[in-house]
Amino acid sequence: MDPTDIGLWGVPLAILGGAIRVSTPFIFVSLGEAITERSGRINLGLEGTLVFGAMTAYAIAVISGSPWLGLFAAAAAGSFFGLFHGWICKFPKVNDIAIGIALMLFGSGLAFFFGKPFIQPKAPSLPAIPFGGWSDIPQVQAALDVNVLFLIGAVLSAVLWWAFRNTRAGLIVRVVGDSSDAARAMGLNPDTVCLLATGVGGAFAGIGGAYLSLYYPGSWTERISSGQGLMAVALVIFARWNPLGCFAAALLFGGAGALGPALQSVGVTQGYYLFYAAPYILTLVIMIATSSPGRSLAGAPGELSITK
Amino acid sequence: MAETVSNADVPMFGVRGYPAALERVARRAEAFVIPVAALIVGMAIFSLFILAVGKSPLQLYEVMWRGGFGSWFSIQNSLSRAAPLLLAALCVALPARLGLVVIGGEGAIVLGGVAAAAAAMAFNGAPSFIVILVMGVAGMAAGGIWIGAVGALRHYRAVNETISSLLMAYIAIALMNQLVEGPLRDPASLNKPSTQPLAEAYRIGNIPGMEVHWGIVVGIVACVLSWVLIEKTRWGFAARIAGGNVKAAQVQGLAVGPLIVGFTALAGGFAGVAGMLEVAAVQGSANASLAAGYGYTGILVAFLARHNPLAIIPVAFLLGGIEASGGLIQRRMDLPDATVLVLQGMLFIVILFSETFYGRFKAFNPDLWKRSDHLKRIA
Repeated sequence: MDPTDIGLWGVPLAILGGAIRVSTPFIFVSLGEAITERSGRINLGLEGTLVFGAMTAYAIAVISGSPWLGLFAAAAAGSFFGLFHGWICKFPKVNDIAIGIALMLFGSGLAFFFGKPFIQPKAPSLPAIPFGGWSDIPQVQAALDVNVLFLIGAVLSAVLWWAFRNTRAGLIVRVVGDSSDAARAMGLNPDTVCLLATGVGGAFAGIGGAYLSLYYPGSWTERISSGQGLMAVALVIFARWNPLGCFAAALLFGGAGALGPALQSVGVTQGYYLFYAAPYILTLVIMIATSSPGRSLAGAPGELSITK
Repeated sequence: MAETVSNADVPMFGVRGYPAALERVARRAEAFVIPVAALIVGMAIFSLFILAVGKSPLQLYEVMWRGGFGSWFSIQNSLSRAAPLLLAALCVALPARLGLVVIGGEGAIVLGGVAAAAAAMAFNGAPSFIVILVMGVAGMAAGGIWIGAVGALRHYRAVNETISSLLMAYIAIALMNQLVEGPLRDPASLNKPSTQPLAEAYRIGNIPGMEVHWGIVVGIVACVLSWVLIEKTRWGFAARIAGGNVKAAQVQGLAVGPLIVGFTALAGGFAGVAGMLEVAAVQGSANASLAAGYGYTGILVAFLARHNPLAIIPVAFLLGGIEASGGLIQRRMDLPDATVLVLQGMLFIVILFSETFYGRFKAFNPDLWKRSDHLKRIA
């Protein structure tokens, strides 16, 4: 028997590897969205930010030759989108959900506009660390090729989890999100806090986009995002606004997303498109299972419009 | 006399008010002047953007006018594009009157198209008007069930409708791909998997004397009916109450659940009809072209029209024209086809921002005038 033929073991291995690869953008976008939502606003525009971040990262990486510069540019562009959302939503009667939808359209439109010349050239990739070097089996090596951004994301979710509980900034964001009246009574300006929280959230989403174009799938096309920015919003609700929960949920979603390609690799091609829909179905099922009329969700920020 | 009555209302503050008739006009004008002003501001900002990328905004608007509205040919082109937008916008506007933000109309369009194509296959051989009717019903049912489910989940399970409708749009597109590549595939369609092409007799043709298919008439009728439903019937009245305050509506004894499910199902039904029209009048079969983004442009149309079904008609024509001019802009000005998307995004943001100005201008809100005079007096 050919030692590289590992039969059906390839499926869980491919799902594991896929979960690590596919989940990274989810981790960053959902952490960003968690920060924003903890401050009491919701930014649906992260989908557009993600696409624009992917384009910016790719374009800057092509021009400068450095993927890290691209990543940095994507974070800067993302924070600009986030700050814009945060600024415009402070005006009375301006709806944060609707502005998010508009920014989704605008961000993608702007990315396609400026991204046209960058569809052809090849950009340098972000580095990955081969944790599977001990094994001779190519599938194992492929599955354990872990991008540094995944590791940064994992550390970041732990740091944020700690920071929300133990730092002054974390507590300020939570107070503003739970009751802007209480925050005002403490002498805080809720608009400023929301502005900064949305700005940081946008930067994270930009990084998520940079991962898409600079590592996996690793090219810039107009179909680079398949709704990751939006699924991340649902994922944050599922994770109960807990950064560690976001990390776990992102892995779960990544695994669901890898299901179709994994099964295809062992010859199961029936229902390929339905497996492709697995993450969306999973998100929906989780939302249905965890929501309930008559009570607000445990851990939900009090000012958040989406759970009221 | 009306004028004296109006002034007698507020004599204690010594008001420089409008005469009664003018006051009514002024109050109504707000809903017209602010969106139009926002459109102009949005186009001005877009001009700056075009200047910044080194092109002439004047030339761009001139090309846009020619491509969308300048000739009988381009007007017909815009009308054809407006047809699905009318129905897609209703899919956003009707739930919005109940306070729901449904943005997954694309899913209902796609499934409506697939259901219509499947119905045509099942009834192949029947008289053409029956087949077209069955296609319409199938499309409407598929879209209605899809978005009605979003409404039901919202009301009975408190699942956020914005996110669930969008997730369901992705699921719908996957479902369409699965069906069109699998059980419903016409083996003759090689490069672009499609369902069997409709027989010529089952196609919806053009309005006599025009290059525009009947879908535009269906869309306009749907908008007018929706307006009547919302403004002139007790269901519409109940929906507006529930949209203002769900608790108040429940205290009044209104059956909010059936109202929400009914409105969302109707909204999805309209989007489903848009998909059926794409199959019966444009594509001739169901395929991936159904997900052309009409559902997303429809969101913009509905918000621009402030969810008023009658206002949707001119706005859909306007945006249909802007989209129709995209190709000409690309060729004449050497700009990417996404230029139109950028303009749409900017208009969308400015329109939403303009919400903040309602009730702020004295010209439209004479009470503000009265109040400030009063404040001056007591100061």
